[in-house]
Amino acid sequence: MEIRKSAVAGTLESSDAAVTVEPKAAGAGPSLELVVECSDARFAGKVRATALAALAELGVTSARVVIRDRSALDCAIRARVLAACLRAAEQEGSPASAAPWGGRK
Amino acid sequence: MIAKLRRSMLFVPGNNPALVKDPHIYGPDSLIFDLEDSVAPTEKDAARLLVFCALKAIDYGRVEKVVRVNGMDTTWIGDDVAAMVAAGVDVIRLPKTERAEDIRALVGLIEAAEKASGRSAGEVRIMAALESPLAVLNAYEIAVASPRLVGIALSAEDFVTSMKTTRSPEGVELFEARGRIVMAARAAGIMAIDTVFTDLSDDEGLLREARLIKQMGFDGKSVINPSQIPLVHGVFAPTPEEIRKSRRIVAAAAEAEARGLGVMALDGKMIDKPIVERAARVLDLARASGMKIEEVEA
Repeated sequence: MEIRKSAVAGTLESSDAAVTVEPKAAGAGPSLELVVECSDARFAGKVRATALAALAELGVTSARVVIRDRSALDCAIRARVLAACLRAAEQEGSPASAAPWGGRK
Repeated sequence: MIAKLRRSMLFVPGNNPALVKDPHIYGPDSLIFDLEDSVAPTEKDAARLLVFCALKAIDYGRVEKVVRVNGMDTTWIGDDVAAMVAAGVDVIRLPKTERAEDIRALVGLIEAAEKASGRSAGEVRIMAALESPLAVLNAYEIAVASPRLVGIALSAEDFVTSMKTTRSPEGVELFEARGRIVMAARAAGIMAIDTVFTDLSDDEGLLREARLIKQMGFDGKSVINPSQIPLVHGVFAPTPEEIRKSRRIVAAAAEAEARGLGVMALDGKMIDKPIVERAARVLDLARASGMKIEEVEA
């Protein structure tokens, strides 16, 4: 999935995470850049792993992703990363099959 | 035997992770994750994904998982149904159901989603919310529109607005709608669920309304706050006196049947089939509510 524009999903409320996804400039270091800011640093590794799995799920290989976590469950991290990426990939005629519940490649 | 209790159906705003993560701990009979009115139009995609991921990941125990999707006239309904069926939802609650055609159109979406996600055909059930005078007048044809229907529910706020009135503590403006809905549900052999009570500071008002709708024959009520659950369950729980009486009636009926009698007397009153059925239902409800009826002295 190609990240075409900047997009955000989620909030800074407790149990949520605010996720920002933006395209990477060509040739600007490693193609997937993930920044995780956790209210509890012990969970940063877990948040990172969950986010990477969600990015892999959508086939996102080039993006800058910033996650500000407020003690969200894994499923909320996953949901917010998926939402931000789908919004960032959106364009006219974008296929709905990118959604995780149907016909995903 | 009552297959499933729906005394309390707790609404959970679908885009709020703090509320989505553990609402089952409050012990409602059903959870209704909401993708409709509690979610802003710009957040429909995020809420759908959050509820999808939560349903896939969180074990809500034995609590029934219902999702209120957006209406059939919106652009969100297709994705809502596809996502929730794939996530393992038990029941889709359709808001603003006006006609049987709405249910048939929803069934089409559910059938496709069941097929796409590998779920058994017919597994996902439907609850229809009736929110307008036309919907209430069509209650029976909606209730029998598909065997997937498990219940019809009154949604009062939109209804009273359409009726050009407001809600009152006595609920006189809802009397006709409630009567028609519960009668349609009973005629169709499905459940009738009452509307929410929105004043969280008025426990007495909630209890009064819950007693009224229980007396009218409703199976339960939608609730908007966990604090309302024990109050509603308390109203629906049979009293020890009701249980004692029902046990005696059921025992007397069994004895009469053994002796080949159709009608019998208990304490000088005639006991016939409808009374025995009612007593059996009280005992079913008590058992399903987790009451130990054997501990209530006969």
